[in-house]
Amino acid sequence: MQYMLLIYTDEAATPAPKPGEAVTISPAYVAYTQALHEAKVWRAGDRLQPISTATTVRMVNGRSEVLNGPYAETREQLGGYYLIDVPDLDAALSWAARCPAASRGHVEVRPLWTMS
Amino acid sequence: MDDVVDAPTRQAAEAVARRSYGKLIAFLAARTRDVAGAEDALSEAFAAALAAWPESGVPRNPEAWLLTAARRKMIDTARQRHTRDGTAEHLVLLAELAEGDGDDPEAIPDDRLALMFACTHPGIAPEVRAPLMLQVILGFDAATIASAFLVAPSTMGQRLSRAKAKIRDAGIPFRVPVQHEWHEWHERLDAVLEAIYATYAEGWVDAGGTDLRRRNLAEEAIWLGSLVAALLPQEPEALGLLSLMLHAHARRNARRNAQGRYVPLAEQDPALWDVAMIDQAEALLSCAARSHAVGRYQLEAAIQSAHGVRRRSGRADWPAIEQLYDALVAMTGSPVAGINRAIAVAETRGPAAALALLDGLAGDPRLAQYQPYWAARAGLLARMGDRHTADQAYERAMGLETDAAVREFLLQQRLALVTADPPGPMVRYDEPPPSQERPWPGPTSTSGKTAT
Repeated sequence: MQYMLLIYTDEAATPAPKPGEAVTISPAYVAYTQALHEAKVWRAGDRLQPISTATTVRMVNGRSEVLNGPYAETREQLGGYYLIDVPDLDAALSWAARCPAASRGHVEVRPLWTMS
Repeated sequence: MDDVVDAPTRQAAEAVARRSYGKLIAFLAARTRDVAGAEDALSEAFAAALAAWPESGVPRNPEAWLLTAARRKMIDTARQRHTRDGTAEHLVLLAELAEGDGDDPEAIPDDRLALMFACTHPGIAPEVRAPLMLQVILGFDAATIASAFLVAPSTMGQRLSRAKAKIRDAGIPFRVPVQHEWHEWHERLDAVLEAIYATYAEGWVDAGGTDLRRRNLAEEAIWLGSLVAALLPQEPEALGLLSLMLHAHARRNARRNAQGRYVPLAEQDPALWDVAMIDQAEALLSCAARSHAVGRYQLEAAIQSAHGVRRRSGRADWPAIEQLYDALVAMTGSPVAGINRAIAVAETRGPAAALALLDGLAGDPRLAQYQPYWAARAGLLARMGDRHTADQAYERAMGLETDAAVREFLLQQRLALVTADPPGPMVRYDEPPPSQERPWPGPTSTSGKTAT
């Protein structure tokens, strides 16, 4: 079963590299991603650029509305995700607990709707 | 509890809850087999107490007051059910429950041991036994238990209700098994001890004590272990388990430094160990040894005792630790014990011999996701000067770790690979006691929980 691990962290606590600057991934994330691969549960995963790069779109009464910034201004923001394939929620939670973000922010675990 | 309730009442109710919750549930449930019903009745009795005691004053025997209130509530519920489905069985239960009304209120029989045996009955799924015991004996709520066991709260709630329904519907008995039926008795007692140790292991994970509720979990497990040891003082394994938990718990303040960094057992300052607790653990272990029936908990307690020798001699008694792990591996066949044996062998015969032992375990697919295996491997490889392979193993261990402090420690070990002259750092991941009990990851896992 596929689960999305949505990573919420405080950007201010861990400043992201400025756009254009080389992106370095912390050894903890490299190790975690590697462990997901070794366990053959990794399907996808990436880090998102900081919320300063976000643009939010919606249609209001047939007219587009485009806003700078993220959908919701909260202290912890969606900063990345992993998509994993594991047998059940218990297994997904155990991988979520190992995610470095679980020690600093929050990791939300959501199953995917599976279209058949 | 409500703000409008005055402080003395709330304190009295909380004190009773802490002291007697399990005893009251055990009394009510043992006579009805209805654990959920007993919990409901007792929680209503507590609510009634909070309403009545500010007016009437806290009764002389609050336990008896609560028991009477809960018992009446259960009888009412049973009567309603009886009129609905009309079974004779309820009449019997009613009679049993009503019996003893007006007895000496001081003498509430202690059925907690029977309740523990019901919670760990073979008919209850192994992964629910420890959570069930936490809930019915100690009154933990499902959400707290779910957090500790890394399970979704809704899932934990369902598992607990299903287990309680099973106890009621399948007629799981509330009694201490017959002790002269040797085989059954030992299997059943093992299940009780295992659930207590699983509880301790969950509490142990939070070494920093950052999660207050979870630190309590280790202490609650010790409390449960003391209860079982007190009720079954002739059982060496019950004493062995308590000794093991006390030995491990005696080091709780040494496992992190002032900055919150992880301190491996070999580098802990023995001055920070709790000497009184160690003495207590030693006394229990020698008491258990008198019965000449060695078991896994006594062996594990003896291993902890041999680590504790460092307090006086400056060095753990590694030859003894190796021998004890030999015995433990022979007895349990546990690959986790095998990892710890290899760590001991590294001290007695060197890293190459230890690595050969680890290689012997490598066929077990469950080890692929078992952090201590990779950490031990990395340490041995580093000591042998194989920096590249050591680095890969450290990385694997980091990726499987849940504790940020341990993850940081592993990272520092990796970084030291680059700067250290061979033979590199020592094996530094040797924190054996509850890690042995960490549930297995991988396909054969019953609970789906993974190790840290």
